[in-house]
Amino acid sequence: MAQIRVEALDKSFGAFHAVKAASFTVEDGQFLCLLGPSGCGKTTTLRMIAGLELPTSGTIRLDGEDVTMNRASARDIAFVFQLFALYPHMNVRRNIGFPLKCEGIGAAERDRRVVEAARILRISHLLDRSVAGLAGGDRQRVALGRAIVRKPKCFLMDEPLGALDTEMREAMIHELRALHDRLGATTVYVTHDQLEAMAMADRIAVMNNGVVEQVASPRDIYDRPASLFVADFIGSPPMNFLPFRGGLQTGAEAIRLGERDVAIPAAREAMTDSELVLGVRPEHVRFTDRGMVRGEVYGTEYLGTTQIVTVTTHYGALKARSPSSRSFRTGEIVGLDFRPDTLSIFDKASGRAIRTALHEGAAHG
Amino acid sequence: MTSATTAHSVVEPSATTRRFAGSLVVLYAIITMIPLVWIMLTAFKSPDDAISYPPKVMFKPSLEGFCNLFTTRSRQTPEFIRSLGPPQGLCDSIARERNMVVAGPSNYVPRFVNSLIIAFGSTVLAVALGTLSAYGFSRFRVPLKDDLLFFILSTRMMPPIAVAIPIYLMYRTIGLSDTRLGMILLYTSVNVSLAVWLLKGFIDEIPREYEEAAMIDGYTRFQAFVKVVLPQATTGIAATAIFCLIFAWNEYAFAVLLTSGNAQTAPPFIPIIIGEGGQDWPAVAAGTTLFLVPIVVFTVLLRKHLLRGITFGAVRK
Repeated sequence: MAQIRVEALDKSFGAFHAVKAASFTVEDGQFLCLLGPSGCGKTTTLRMIAGLELPTSGTIRLDGEDVTMNRASARDIAFVFQLFALYPHMNVRRNIGFPLKCEGIGAAERDRRVVEAARILRISHLLDRSVAGLAGGDRQRVALGRAIVRKPKCFLMDEPLGALDTEMREAMIHELRALHDRLGATTVYVTHDQLEAMAMADRIAVMNNGVVEQVASPRDIYDRPASLFVADFIGSPPMNFLPFRGGLQTGAEAIRLGERDVAIPAAREAMTDSELVLGVRPEHVRFTDRGMVRGEVYGTEYLGTTQIVTVTTHYGALKARSPSSRSFRTGEIVGLDFRPDTLSIFDKASGRAIRTALHEGAAHG
Repeated sequence: MTSATTAHSVVEPSATTRRFAGSLVVLYAIITMIPLVWIMLTAFKSPDDAISYPPKVMFKPSLEGFCNLFTTRSRQTPEFIRSLGPPQGLCDSIARERNMVVAGPSNYVPRFVNSLIIAFGSTVLAVALGTLSAYGFSRFRVPLKDDLLFFILSTRMMPPIAVAIPIYLMYRTIGLSDTRLGMILLYTSVNVSLAVWLLKGFIDEIPREYEEAAMIDGYTRFQAFVKVVLPQATTGIAATAIFCLIFAWNEYAFAVLLTSGNAQTAPPFIPIIIGEGGQDWPAVAAGTTLFLVPIVVFTVLLRKHLLRGITFGAVRK
């Protein structure tokens, strides 16, 4: 197993700049998710780590060794494709054994390791079946088998659960994470599904338009988003944004929102008078008659234990998460206020989060 | 009225539609088969039966056509024939009934062998070159890719005979006229454009993840191509090979112009089999019947691939 270090990685396809100066490190044994909307460059980044694309510039180090320009076969990695890429002209046993055959490992040793991999993935009974007749989940297990059989330096996975149905996907999320914990393998996992990323990853790298916006633990990504994009992309429904104009002094503990002061985590940097955005998660919106923002209930979505209440306010539609026991009438006038210690402030122009007490104690990197 | 009350699927054709479509197919098959059947019947007729009017469907089968195809004969006086010993085999006795003796083998077998060598040789070359270039066009960023592909296709836009004279002159200068190599190269160059276009379609359909997986597992790109792409492209390769073979096997115009002796193929040879007192139709028909055999055998061997190959890409898997 190995550490993966990606430094200032750039990739252009003709005029299209797919990946812009991406840098992050995956520590030995860590599970990192590359998360972002489609076309954000996450798959390209993964393919560069694998050696399936060559970067325009930048370096990739595996365990300190510069492998940027090495052939894929020389990197000792395993790649799991979204469409599994099982060879249709081979049965399960030969598919799993294929990487060992490429390495020239003898038949007896090969068979021993194939059986071992199949046992770990609980597909021993399928070994002599043709891959064509397998169900989606089993195909994915075979694809994983082909990855783990070789004991590579790291696993790279490109939306491996994307082709599965919801039920199978949830089962496989837990299986993948359990497999990771068992093998302790460094893993880079590409997905556009934040639930997958949140459930599996040790750390998440959020990408947008080729730029790595934030690399942090799932908790930090959610609670302390580094940019407007991350705040908007993560969470369902996403963070509410209230635009306002104002300045900030270092140490300020409130901002002026319309006619009222809103308490915020103490600012750790100063901002001159500019367009700012106050960010608040729906679950941190509270209903109170003396709230600082007033609005009219527009509608509710019932989610079982909680409900999402949409309130039309001066700042646009705000969504609040509230226990479903409480009932709201459409058109009802309500007051809202926000849990002060959880608020984020962003600079609207750059989209960057302004440093506040919220970020203290958070792991960065 | 029962059919009106039974529930029917809008996707599945109804029984009436099936019967109608079925009879159309049978009718079409009969229409296309009649000339072939007639040729095969003619091959077993005697020269008199072959040109009788009205045409004979029932007749006494004779191997005279095949004998005349494979031999050359010379006319002799009955006295001379009587002075010879017993007939040398079946063909000799048939010939003697017509006051002739077998003088030696005809040129049919060497012409047929030429056809086999040239057709299969050019097919193998065209498919091999086509597969490699189709893979390149499918997988790599080739500068001016679209223009190159169009150029390759454009070689098929004029009738091949339009370039026959220049090719004839060039071949004469460089010594390729009336050589098997010359004909192989010529048919290869005509077929390679078809092969590139057909095979590019097939290879585009093979997900590149397969080779990428193999390359990550330790293969070079060429090894991945051979071990992973080729096995999956067999259907396309088989279909392409049949199309190329049929073209090269049947080609007539270039063969007439560019070959006369050494490298002459069967198509220009068959029509010029002249019998005693005019065209020897049973011999021509026998030559044509045998000429059909290799294509039929090749197609039957590959038919499993051919059917899938022609409809490949029409339906998303």
